Amino acid sequence: MDWVFLAELTVNGAITGLSYSLFAIGLVLIYKSSSVPNLAQGGLTMLGAYVVLAFSYELGWPLWVAIPLAAVIMFFVGLGIERVALRRLAGRPIVMILMMTLGIDIFLRGTTLAIWGGAPRPMGLGVSYDPFFVGPLLLSRIHIVGALVAIALFVAFMLFFRSRQGIRLRAISDDYMASWSVGISVERGVGLSWALASVVAVATGVIWGEIQGVDQTLSLLLLKGLTVAVLGGLDSIVGAIVAGILLGIVENVGSGYLDQMVGGGSRDLVVAAVLILTVMLRPHGLFGRHDIERI
Amino acid sequence: MFYRQSGVRHNSYSSDRDLFPIPADRYALWFFLALGIAAPWLIDGLYLNSYMLPWLLWTAAALGLNLLTGWAGQMHLGYAAVMAVGAYSTVHAVRFGIPWEFALLIGGLSSSVIGSLFAVAALRVKGLYLAITTLAMQFVMDWVLNHSPAISGGSHASLQSPTFALLGQDITSDAGLYYVALGWCVLVTIFLLNMRRTGLGRALVAVREKDFAAAILGVNSFYYKIIAFATSSFIAGVTGAILVATFYFLASPEQFSVNVSIQVLAMVIVGGLASIIGSYFGAALILLMPGIVNGLFAGFADMVGLQFGPETLAHIPNAAYGALIVIFLMVEPMGLGKIYGNIRDYLLVWPFDQMKK
Repeated sequence: MDWVFLAELTVNGAITGLSYSLFAIGLVLIYKSSSVPNLAQGGLTMLGAYVVLAFSYELGWPLWVAIPLAAVIMFFVGLGIERVALRRLAGRPIVMILMMTLGIDIFLRGTTLAIWGGAPRPMGLGVSYDPFFVGPLLLSRIHIVGALVAIALFVAFMLFFRSRQGIRLRAISDDYMASWSVGISVERGVGLSWALASVVAVATGVIWGEIQGVDQTLSLLLLKGLTVAVLGGLDSIVGAIVAGILLGIVENVGSGYLDQMVGGGSRDLVVAAVLILTVMLRPHGLFGRHDIERI
Repeated sequence: MFYRQSGVRHNSYSSDRDLFPIPADRYALWFFLALGIAAPWLIDGLYLNSYMLPWLLWTAAALGLNLLTGWAGQMHLGYAAVMAVGAYSTVHAVRFGIPWEFALLIGGLSSSVIGSLFAVAALRVKGLYLAITTLAMQFVMDWVLNHSPAISGGSHASLQSPTFALLGQDITSDAGLYYVALGWCVLVTIFLLNMRRTGLGRALVAVREKDFAAAILGVNSFYYKIIAFATSSFIAGVTGAILVATFYFLASPEQFSVNVSIQVLAMVIVGGLASIIGSYFGAALILLMPGIVNGLFAGFADMVGLQFGPETLAHIPNAAYGALIVIFLMVEPMGLGKIYGNIRDYLLVWPFDQMKK
């Protein structure tokens, strides 16, 4: 057994996994406040990346202006989506809510590609591609940046959930009705969570746009992000981080050895298997709340 | 007005259980069936095989999913994977030398078996988690198709379907292929129409409304969920096989990708959950919409004198497709079937609406 190879797979997996956590945090924010599984997060991520590019690439502004500006725009996009589309569906069967988010996803992807075109473009973040060695291990710089951003966002949200507004969101996620009755504006809270998830989508889009180029494949992160979110528990931000690291390691190590057997391309298979196993064995995930259903 | 209820008297139990108590519904059904049979003489061959045939087949597929999602209330985002199972096993069986009639049965049954594997997930979880699991299973199936040359002929390859034949007769003419699609769609429709008034249909509805409550009433929700998955998968498998045999003429993994699953679900939702006529409308709208939007958009661009790149034109139908789903869910969540129902209810009492108020 090659220990250095295994260690390299593990460490790189953990770092890549933290970049999946970025995506999952967006899913968790929305699910936590409104129990809506946001399958449009992939579309939002793609849109976020393209909006950043629209400022930096087409208008030629520096990235440190373009990214915050895109975040502000996406904040309002998120608010708008919740206000226009999702609010009407409150209390409808889950199949309709799922279909709504799928429809939004298709719409966002179609619109983005219709406006900006589908050819892959570089994000141009300026992270060097030089190899980065820690001892004998070869690491990827951009993935480390992604992991740092994920941890920074995680800390920021942990602090946010201790603030006044954050406590409101937590109350909403605990109990809709009870928060309503003590005068919390549930609608505004849910809207805020959509807005924050869209801002997270910008961060995800920038990092993954740098890793794999800005094109349609950004929305394919959905399966991995969803797996991380489900594995960690759909309503737990800590879970998103821990599960991200876990999934990253399992995916990288698993496919590292499986690829040699089946001849490549087993990443998605490993991820799907983790997702199915999680739902079968522990549907509420590692840290999620286990809801008991009433008749 | 059109749906006259006068003179409808039930003198026996069987007439009370009629599928269509109101004569107008019956006449309309016969009329549209006659229209469907006469279609090869009424419509040009090109339109027949590029619009009518896929419409009927996708309607059959949507009806199968509607059985599962609309009646039994189980989410399914891997429907295309189940169709793929049926299509591939049928084509392989035919290439092996089995006649089409049995090959279709084999396809349907193998779909049933694989589809029941999806049901194993449904027995453990439901709602959102079931949707996520079936989505993951769809990805697994895509992967298997793309990575096992024995099934698909390898990645980016396709499997040629042999000439379709029934009862020893090769079917190659436009009209012949169309009649196969029509026959299958009518069969599925009759099955679903009748299923609604059987014990099975009622049990499925009970499971949909609340599976625990159904269990308390003595409906074995475990059993009926498996039945629902197996039946709908059978319909999916045979539909997939006929689709390959009469429309695509070759099977390739992209025909059954996750987007197709979402498309069939969109047909069901746009048509209306648990609505048979809605599935017809939904399939028609989802299939025709890209062409219509493209035409409209090109006309609009010409009118305003704007030039759009080919890429923009290529992605506009996608955006419109997403917008269509969103708008439908916002305006009429129960879909086109509900709109039809509203119009029918209005005409039912039309000159005398005051009776309703």
